Amino acid sequence: MTDNSPLARLMTSPEGRLAVIAVAVFALMSVLSPDRFLSLQNMTSMAFQFPEFAILALAMTVTMLTGGIDLSVVGIANMTAIIAAMIMTRLTGAGDGTAVMLLALAASLALGMLAGLFNGLLVANLGLPPILATLGSGLIFTGIAIALTGGSAVMGLPPAMAWIGNSTILGIPTPLILFAVLAGALSLLLTRTAFGLKVQMYGANPLAARFAAIDITGMLIRVYVLSGALAAIAGMVVMSRANSAKADYGSSYLLLAVLIAVLGGVNPYGGYGRIIGVVLAVLAMQFLSSGLNMIGVSNFARELIWGALLIFVMIVNTWRPFARRT
Amino acid sequence: MTAPLVTLDGVTKTYAGITALDGVGFSIAAGEAVCLAGENGSGKSTLIKILAGVERPDRGTIAFSGAVQGALTPRVSTDAGIKVIFQDFSLFPNLSVAENIAMTAEMGAGARLVRHGRIRDTARLTLDRIGVDIPLDAAVETLSVAHKQLVAIARALATDAKLIIMDEPTTTLTEREVRSLLAIIRLLKADGVAVLFVSHKLAEVLEVCEHVVVLRNGAKVAEGPADQFDAASLTLHMTGRAVGETPPAPLPPGAPVLLQVEALAKPGVFDDVTFALRAGEVLGVAGLLGSGRTALAKALFGLVAPEAGTIRLDGRPVPLGDPIAAAAAGIGYVPEDRLTEGLFLTQSIARNIAIGRLDAHARGGGVLDLSALWGETRDWLKRLAVKAPDPEAAVRSLSGGNQQRVVLARWMARGPRVLVLNGPSVGVDVGSKAEIHGIIADLAAQGLGVIVISDDLPELMATCHRILVMKGGRMVEDLPGGSVTTDGLAHRLAS
Repeated sequence: MTDNSPLARLMTSPEGRLAVIAVAVFALMSVLSPDRFLSLQNMTSMAFQFPEFAILALAMTVTMLTGGIDLSVVGIANMTAIIAAMIMTRLTGAGDGTAVMLLALAASLALGMLAGLFNGLLVANLGLPPILATLGSGLIFTGIAIALTGGSAVMGLPPAMAWIGNSTILGIPTPLILFAVLAGALSLLLTRTAFGLKVQMYGANPLAARFAAIDITGMLIRVYVLSGALAAIAGMVVMSRANSAKADYGSSYLLLAVLIAVLGGVNPYGGYGRIIGVVLAVLAMQFLSSGLNMIGVSNFARELIWGALLIFVMIVNTWRPFARRT
Repeated sequence: MTAPLVTLDGVTKTYAGITALDGVGFSIAAGEAVCLAGENGSGKSTLIKILAGVERPDRGTIAFSGAVQGALTPRVSTDAGIKVIFQDFSLFPNLSVAENIAMTAEMGAGARLVRHGRIRDTARLTLDRIGVDIPLDAAVETLSVAHKQLVAIARALATDAKLIIMDEPTTTLTEREVRSLLAIIRLLKADGVAVLFVSHKLAEVLEVCEHVVVLRNGAKVAEGPADQFDAASLTLHMTGRAVGETPPAPLPPGAPVLLQVEALAKPGVFDDVTFALRAGEVLGVAGLLGSGRTALAKALFGLVAPEAGTIRLDGRPVPLGDPIAAAAAGIGYVPEDRLTEGLFLTQSIARNIAIGRLDAHARGGGVLDLSALWGETRDWLKRLAVKAPDPEAAVRSLSGGNQQRVVLARWMARGPRVLVLNGPSVGVDVGSKAEIHGIIADLAAQGLGVIVISDDLPELMATCHRILVMKGGRMVEDLPGGSVTTDGLAHRLAS
């Protein structure tokens, strides 16, 4: 691997290595199960499945870039979805309820940002460690969701609500389009705006950011508000696909979101991370779990394989021959 | 004649472009006490780490009893009898005195079981050797600092120490405790054990030392028999001799007052600090460690919140304790510790400069005008002659002098009125140092007020129109530049 071939150059960045892994997983699954894995039906089904946790992984990425973490994303997603669902079930009359749905979605987005503001105040103003602040606030949000519903699902959503999670636009699943738009916007936010550069610089050295007269408090609050907003959007997609809202939906998504962010090359200590890496990590995970499912590996082995993939990529990233050149 | 116990020759070590040690060589004979003196950042700690086998030098050799060592590891170093007593002593606070003293020796001897009798015997014998009586069963956390230090010395002796390195041994001791420590050192020397004192406050241990080595900026600047040094000459060597730079051009009369600091106070740190800085003036602040000079510098930039007093810039009050407000008012601060406070090491050179100008280049919605931003950073790299092959490379790849210019460029790009430079040339080679002094003179010529805080007295002499002397948190003297020699200033600091 000392030559300058395109492959060798690709292998010098974590995103490049991940792209190679994603393509390799895709090729392997295509060979092992050509007629099922490569079918249009499977492609569409994968495209409907991953956006909900992929959006949570985007939220996780933003906080991890500052060296923090947001463990409350699933709590926010469920709480905001339940409140939106309750608004809709109370107000919907005749018709498909588009107007009521838009109102409820706006309320859920605002509520997600408010929850993020709460996290931001805990982290930026009170100086709590993000991992503990959001662990606590996540329990509060989940608690609110349980208290509001008594733990049961809120059902009877208006028909319009099904559109976000289940429709296609020009044959492309709507959740996939939503994820692509969010990922693209976030990528621009992080690389082309003052806010994005400050987030990365702060993550690289919080002390130097203070000595460089950066408004750290304002920046951190915005980071957690953004994370809360993304979590609320993920909550809407989950609600639409399940056609209901419940306090314990997506409980496995929290660690999955952390795993995808780290797999995508985001430095959990802050300062480095690219959205393209997170997107590639999402794809690699989805190819792996769908493909294994098709070749008959038990669904129960999924987490085992995800964990193994994470550790494999971590080893490759820290392994000398690769790591030295990055 | 037998070979000395330890000989260092041409030891050099660099970290991320900063030269921590530059060709340092000296030797220590058995039964000899050596003083290694130097200010913060002079390379003392790096030298200890290299002797302990924790860090590896880039160049140079270390010989034990004449035998040149290859790769030194902590294991090889302890086996050779080199024991380091760090400032915090690294004792086990919850264990007894006897256990702390004998544990390492027992483990070194390969014991797998705890034998209380043997532990007590070893501890008793070792304490007797230095003539100290400390209850063997007392928990170490209940002891005074001086007794903890004795336990640490005893632990080193129990493992057959030939050279004991003591890091800042006297800073936390009272005068009486220092005297009894010196008596013990004399006993050790009579026993053939060598001692290396490493400190910036060595005047009080000079009387038991045979030999003195002074480090400054990673290089050995003085060496000789201890009786040739006293407190003032040590300070002078640690802070440097004049290297023949010309003093700054005189300040035009009637230059307006830019920054007015009045009765600034933070109890226990600095008190009643009052001074004025004129446009185009370079003001030096001299003071030893602990004089309050760094806290004062940080207070001017809002990183330390004073409890009383005012800071006015152009007659307008600057809010205290708020770096963002201070920067907005036109005050910039170049910190003392470039690697942890000044730079984002893993980020690019360009970003390290641009961080100060992000808001200025943000258009609607916070989107950056990237071409203008990167154009400006490239312009600053050129103006300060930063030798950077690629502005996208991580800033850690630059040398110390170029890194410092990056931090300067970040602040200069903001067009400040007042720049506070804390240790502007720490860890910078001699050539870059002169260039940084040139930059300081240019800044003053443009009408900025510059405050330079430095351990390096010749640097203050070469760059400043006026030097304020700080001692015990107060401004004790206000010396016009050229009214005092480097020697005179060193005497004023040490007295």
